[in-house]
Amino acid sequence: MFKTGTKIVLSSLVAAGALASIPAHAGKTVDAIKARGQVVCGVNTGLAGFSQADSAGNWTGLDADVCKAVAAATLGDATKVKWVPLNAQQRFAALQSGEIDVLSRNTTFSLTRDASLGLHITTPTYYDGQGFMVTTKSKIKDAKQLKGQTVCVQSGTTTEKNLTDFSKANGLNIKPVVFEKVEAATGAYFSGRCVAYTTDASGLASVRNKEAKNPDEHVILPQLISKEPLGPMVRRGDDEWFAIVKWVVYGLLEAEEYGVTQANVDQMKSSTDPVVQRLLGSTEDTGKLLGLDKEWMARAIKAVGNYGEIFEKNVGPKSALKLPRGANNLWNKGGLMYAYPIR
Amino acid sequence: MSVAPRTPPAKRDWSWRSQAFRGLLYQIIAVVVIGGIAWWLATNTAENMRVRGIKSGFDFLTQPAGFDIGESLSKFDSNDPYWKAFLIGVSNTLRVAILGIILTTILGTLIGVGRFSRNGLVRGLCQAYVELFRNVPVLLQLLMWYLLFTEFLPDVTEAKRIGDIYLSKGGITFPKPIWESGHLFGVAGLIAGVIGAWFYRRWARSKFEATGKVRSMFWIPVAIVLAVGVLGWLVGGAPSQFAVPQKGEFAVEGGGALTPEFMAVLLGLVLYTAAFVAEVVRSGISSVARGQSEAAQALGLSKGQEMQQVLLPQALRVIIPPMTNQFLNLTKNSSLAVAIGYPDVVSISNTALNQTGRAVECIALIMLVYLTTSLLTSFFMNWYNAKSAIRER
Repeated sequence: MFKTGTKIVLSSLVAAGALASIPAHAGKTVDAIKARGQVVCGVNTGLAGFSQADSAGNWTGLDADVCKAVAAATLGDATKVKWVPLNAQQRFAALQSGEIDVLSRNTTFSLTRDASLGLHITTPTYYDGQGFMVTTKSKIKDAKQLKGQTVCVQSGTTTEKNLTDFSKANGLNIKPVVFEKVEAATGAYFSGRCVAYTTDASGLASVRNKEAKNPDEHVILPQLISKEPLGPMVRRGDDEWFAIVKWVVYGLLEAEEYGVTQANVDQMKSSTDPVVQRLLGSTEDTGKLLGLDKEWMARAIKAVGNYGEIFEKNVGPKSALKLPRGANNLWNKGGLMYAYPIR
Repeated sequence: MSVAPRTPPAKRDWSWRSQAFRGLLYQIIAVVVIGGIAWWLATNTAENMRVRGIKSGFDFLTQPAGFDIGESLSKFDSNDPYWKAFLIGVSNTLRVAILGIILTTILGTLIGVGRFSRNGLVRGLCQAYVELFRNVPVLLQLLMWYLLFTEFLPDVTEAKRIGDIYLSKGGITFPKPIWESGHLFGVAGLIAGVIGAWFYRRWARSKFEATGKVRSMFWIPVAIVLAVGVLGWLVGGAPSQFAVPQKGEFAVEGGGALTPEFMAVLLGLVLYTAAFVAEVVRSGISSVARGQSEAAQALGLSKGQEMQQVLLPQALRVIIPPMTNQFLNLTKNSSLAVAIGYPDVVSISNTALNQTGRAVECIALIMLVYLTTSLLTSFFMNWYNAKSAIRER
């Protein structure tokens, strides 16, 4: 029989063992990736819209597309990704121990995570906030009505702490029921054990859409109680790899800003706009500075589209999740997405 | 019964080729190799973590935890430090383990004894119980009980009321006595009663051995404990204030509560482990020679007396060592509680692990907790085993 407790202990021991057995000065991540011919990408075990495998084993979603774009830029082929589904507790140990090259798993950036895990945060790919989902039957309209109520939450996330902060700040005395697996937490909420389920608003939309018997019986309260900038993380010790992941994301944003799409990327190579020329490598070789070739961004955009297309396809108003663009719009359209210039 | 002491042939001949010298050498080599591996693992892990900029150490234990715990025996505030959160987790684990061990022992013994019943139906039921519960994985059983509690109990807003007890998805809420200083006298009375009962039993035993007069060794001591306890409570001014649960708009408030998580863990572990305990008890009783049972009948003992006075005391020698294993299993299996949201020590350290990123430290703490509780259980059971072993003179 497979015991959950044992599993955690085992995976941590494996992590400890891996930390112990790797020589102190590991080779560069980029070199390893090129030698291997694959980018090993840590993703969520299943979060609709962000990373989810279909029956054929193809991964889709916003987080998954980031990995594909990075693989296309680095190795020239978006399919050269090895997917490693991870739960919330395994993710950092997997990255620390070198099991994965990049963690693209709806992970919140915070000071503790940047400064104490031996990891680097790159740049946000999705600006989120923590919210609550309740049943319409409960007639709860405001998160402050949750006084003394039980709220289901998954362990191993920043959510627990935000919930406590919110409860304390408003004197609500909310009782958390903490589950190891997200399926157990949502299951307990749907069975009525908890009055509310809390996680990032995008996660709530995903759960409501995918798991609720009747999505109309559940409402996501408008109030967000925290800032959750989500994005990919990399291991410290390879600054070039860190730069590649970061600049691929900026490149996807820049492509949207200058109208380069999956469909028109080839025509755009002959564009006269110097910004587009630099982005697609038709004049300056921007890729060289990153240790890549000049077509790096053109391939990434051709593989997954620009950021706006990725958003629309996976989580946007026309997708199953129907999330508004909101804070994730470009900076010049009222959002927070602001790419550093590629020059 | 006595065995002539066999002195081993003298081997204390410290030459290079002696057995004693070789034995010592092998032991030293083994200790050095194991110690070396442990040292290498520890220092290399620490060094690699330092090189990679991963913070390590146990200093986080004094930092404020920053998260709430759903249920705890003593009050926990999110500003309390991590070490206190760990203690709450340990107390939640122990609460399940201790209650579980007591209930398992009672239920398992009853079922084990039931398999010797002269009533075929009782025998069959006991066997069916054992086969059913020990052959279904315990994690599934926990999930099943949890599902039953959360799916089929009424919603919190429509809690079912039986007297002052409320039953809902929030668990069982019941009236709880409000603690007053008068209760202290009651507790003191109970303790005095236990001491009194112990003296009574000693006296009754010596009287029985001297005169053969049988006195109750169970009901009278129980009566003594209760009577002295009640007396203490009366002396303390008979405080009888209860916190009665009230049904609010959204929840049942006040009183004591057992959450569905706690009940599912306790019930699942008890029912599962009791099946094994029943088998242990059955094998223990079977191990007593048939002549003992026949002799008891020949002496005119009733079936109950035969079991209580003749079979069980002899069976205990066989029962106790495997019973220790079952108790340890129950304690360790309680870590599965994390799957159904009970805040045991594993659940708390998972949260701590994620907030601080100190994976190695948190896992080490969990291992330390289980190791300590298991060793303590073993020590106690070994002591009890030695006590109930046949004294060979």
